[in-house]
Amino acid sequence: MADKIKFGFLLAGGCAGCEMALVDMSEKLVDALDHLEVVFWAPTVADVKYKDLEAMEDGYIDLAFVDGMVRNTENEHTVKVLRQKSKTLVAFGACATLGGIAALGDIYSKEELFNQAYKDTFGTDNPDGIMPEPQCLWEGKYDLTLPAFTNRVSTIDQLVDVDYFVGGCPPHHDFVAQAVQAIVAGNLPAKGSWLTSGKAVCDVCKRNPAEHDQKRLPVGEVFRTIDGRPDEDKCLLQQGYICFGPVTQGDCQASCLNVNIPCRGCGGPIPGVKDYGARCASMIASSLKDDQTAEKFVSKFNDMAKFCYRYSYSAGILNQKLTPGRKN
Amino acid sequence: MSFSPNIVGFACQWCTYAGADLAGNLRCKYPPTIKLIRVPCSGSVEPEYILESLARGADGVLVGGCHYGDCHYKDGNHKTSRRMTVLKKMIEDAGFDPRRFRLEWISGAEGQRFAQVVEEFTRELQELGPNPLKGGA
Repeated sequence: MADKIKFGFLLAGGCAGCEMALVDMSEKLVDALDHLEVVFWAPTVADVKYKDLEAMEDGYIDLAFVDGMVRNTENEHTVKVLRQKSKTLVAFGACATLGGIAALGDIYSKEELFNQAYKDTFGTDNPDGIMPEPQCLWEGKYDLTLPAFTNRVSTIDQLVDVDYFVGGCPPHHDFVAQAVQAIVAGNLPAKGSWLTSGKAVCDVCKRNPAEHDQKRLPVGEVFRTIDGRPDEDKCLLQQGYICFGPVTQGDCQASCLNVNIPCRGCGGPIPGVKDYGARCASMIASSLKDDQTAEKFVSKFNDMAKFCYRYSYSAGILNQKLTPGRKN
Repeated sequence: MSFSPNIVGFACQWCTYAGADLAGNLRCKYPPTIKLIRVPCSGSVEPEYILESLARGADGVLVGGCHYGDCHYKDGNHKTSRRMTVLKKMIEDAGFDPRRFRLEWISGAEGQRFAQVVEEFTRELQELGPNPLKGGA
């Protein structure tokens, strides 16, 4: 039998949901483990230290997944080291590929974020206003360091070379299984592509009007999800509940739509989209009926940037150029 | 010397582009700040093009289309209008000045107006100063 594939998994600035997605593969993961040797899985599963990773030879790991975005100097360092040690690097999940929810923090400055987290929040008890510092000398003798907050959130490919992308928050386990199987079998597309079907959510959504030989009609009334309960069988966009299905990759099998929740775009943009938020704006506006509806739409949602870029602000064209915290 | 803004103009070939042509024929005077890109319809201008122009250092973007009812493709300009409403709010919420972006309806008979719009927009951008996104693509 051929050598096992040496596998590494790094959680950068994420929430460990992607790890859960991988574990959710259950039997399929067990099958895959016959072909995989886990050499690094930190800081969640295997007891491997960063220094062990640093001690590895360059290119020692055959296949490494990174989930989570780059938010501090620790993430920056480990991602760079992992890139060096791995032959193939896969950005895994919405954060690693697009920035994820945390990237919305770039709309605010570091001061605003820290004040919110350590001073202003209702449940915070911090009378001395102590803020985290990257360096401190404790009791006069212990020199302690913490990873420093970076200026902005970056995706993995903004920092290092990435071979493949898998979107989703978290990636749906069926598709993770397909991706892992494709990797194990060595059946891979060109470097830089997404290990996905390339289909839109609408393509796999049972509510798609085209599936029922119905025409798409212009939308005259716009609702938020808190405005009531949408009809469970009809297309949400047609009912006026804004859904990003048309421009999002549908590797999730339209999971959210199946439970009556509109798509918010964690799967990443369909092929050919350069800026996800701009394309969302374009897609929604084109399905509205007239100017009045468009006006109503923008007044109903209080932050259009956060709405359209929910999972992808870091990968957006504007964010890469604007100084973080330009708002207000 | 006062700052000379760099404007990218997307002009619909049926109306605004013809309007710009007429401005030339009429010998209208307007500042040489605009670089026109002829497009089949203002409805074909994706918001992505606008963001990209701004990110690559344009100080302002002008999208020009036909007046309502005059669209060669019936309702292309209506789509443009709705898209630009949403886009404007989006870039504003992201912390970018939406005044750097302008949508105008200029017909093929409005050469004077084309010159006027460019002049006005140039003046506005001069007041705003250079685009903060400038600095290499």
